[in-house]
Amino acid sequence: MAQQTATVEPPAPSGGASGGTRIRTSGRVRAARAGGRFSTYTVLWLGSFLYAIPFLWMLRTSFMRLDKLFDDPPQLWPDPWIWQNYIDMWETGPFANWIVNSLILVVLGMLGQTVVSIFVAYGFSRTQFPGRNQLFILILASLMLPGHVTIVPKFVMFRQLGLLDSIWPVAIPDLWGQAFYIFILRQFFLTLPIELDEAAEIDGANLLQVLFRVVIPLSKPAIATVAVFNFINKWNEFFEPFVFIQTPEKLTLAVGIRWFRTQYGTEFQMLMAASIVSVAPIIIVFFFAQKQFVRGIALTGIKS
Amino acid sequence: MTASDMATPPVASSGSRGILGWTWKDVRGFLFVLPWLVGFVLFVAGPFFFSFFLSFTAWRLVGDIRWMGLENYAQLLSGEDTRFVQSVYNTVYYVVFHVPGVLILSFAIAALLNRKVKGIALYRTAFYLPSITTGVATAVLWYWVLQPNGLLNNFLNIFFVPLGISPPNWLGSTTWAMPGLIIMSFWSVGTTMIIYLAGLQGIPQHLYEAAEIDGAGWWGKVRNVTIPMMTPQIFLTLVLAVIGSFQVFTTALIITEGGPADATLFLLLYLYWNGFRFFKMGYASAIAWILFFIILFLTIVQFVTARKWVYYEGERA
Repeated sequence: MAQQTATVEPPAPSGGASGGTRIRTSGRVRAARAGGRFSTYTVLWLGSFLYAIPFLWMLRTSFMRLDKLFDDPPQLWPDPWIWQNYIDMWETGPFANWIVNSLILVVLGMLGQTVVSIFVAYGFSRTQFPGRNQLFILILASLMLPGHVTIVPKFVMFRQLGLLDSIWPVAIPDLWGQAFYIFILRQFFLTLPIELDEAAEIDGANLLQVLFRVVIPLSKPAIATVAVFNFINKWNEFFEPFVFIQTPEKLTLAVGIRWFRTQYGTEFQMLMAASIVSVAPIIIVFFFAQKQFVRGIALTGIKS
Repeated sequence: MTASDMATPPVASSGSRGILGWTWKDVRGFLFVLPWLVGFVLFVAGPFFFSFFLSFTAWRLVGDIRWMGLENYAQLLSGEDTRFVQSVYNTVYYVVFHVPGVLILSFAIAALLNRKVKGIALYRTAFYLPSITTGVATAVLWYWVLQPNGLLNNFLNIFFVPLGISPPNWLGSTTWAMPGLIIMSFWSVGTTMIIYLAGLQGIPQHLYEAAEIDGAGWWGKVRNVTIPMMTPQIFLTLVLAVIGSFQVFTTALIITEGGPADATLFLLLYLYWNGFRFFKMGYASAIAWILFFIILFLTIVQFVTARKWVYYEGERA
């Protein structure tokens, strides 16, 4: 572990020492333990600072004047501090359109992926029909399939349908549930005691009523996790909208920023402002939904 | 093939129940799954097989589809297309450094965070946030960080100037562009780290106590308890990292556009250019299938060799 700790933060040699007490032992030697604690925090502080710096640099640059960007030594704090870059950026590209398009994609994606996946996962975990297990294996297999294999035929298909250069080629394939979310939700539904369903059925509930009155209320944490990941994935989605949409006004925000980069590649102050606009919702969602993220990983861990 | 075979009988039966001896109960369950099946057939299985067919043809979106047999594959695999060879080399170069780097870094960070530290949420956020940040924003940010007088070189100059060395022009140099992108990739360790953290927290304390009684030092405990107990997580993240790193696209497209002189031309970028700039649909499909087979092959190899080193607690008893 020593050398691994050292890789996190090469400038801090103390990392190696901290490895010695890394494991949660009862800590026999007090002094050594205190030393270990101290170096743990040192390495953690330096490490997390290292990971935060690029964000801070982005924020800094977005408030700087163009002619100050390349000062040597670099300005640590923007002087003068200006908001103009955000205004310029907003007036240079069709940002309002991009944000609206991204939101449409997110809403359709969440309806089609999170919501539909709940129904499908319910079918896979709580009903019986011939071929069910084979179909579930297909879901697992499709998880392994990289999206790039299907991109050319999808392009051809949506071209035939006359839907290219709109968000539909991106949105329509999303409306049918999503294999990974189905998988996560199914695994979660399987952990709920079947006796609850049976009790509800004895009370005369049909399958849908069991789903809405028993399974969904008990699965709120899992569903919230899937919804959060779904939101972020759709907001960040790049490859497909990039391939399918050309007209600048019709792009999503993520692809719009790439357009912005090709048009104004050296105006870093505006590029950074634009990036902050695209990252802000993610950071806001993250702070409100931290629990879902951590839990999400635990849920995916069920797989292993 | 399996996809369409399986799809047909149930679809037919859902309309006319009774034909396959399906009861209402069967149909009812199947109806829940049906939306996914429709989407799967139309947007996954269908395109999948059509793409396989296209990979044996030459087609520029207009005009006739011309059957080429194995010619696309021959051209790609014989090394005749030097840009393709370059893109394979670049992708492998990236994978070889990115995958171990990310796994080791994430493990180290997770191990640190596992030490019952105060304010863990703050550190976790700092390490995790970059990996959920919009890929494009990350790329644009690092395009700025890797400039000749960008953040990274400003930082390096603290050490380099006294030594009289000048830092590389990352994105402008065929030697340094790829290392630059690899360094950037180490910024997104968050997901792997959280998987490891969850794994570390699941290791029962009594195993460490038993190891201590046997006289194990910290390295003994790491080697005989932590690492064996973590092999399922290491395996999972290894598989995911290999699959993911063969499909680098956004960063290369935005930061370098494959340059300079194809030094960062990744497989997926080359696929994109053939398909959507040169409109060589057949050729692009052949590249997609080669990429698919590479990923499939490596995944199978990992699953097969996993039996030798991955330890599942449930299996022992």
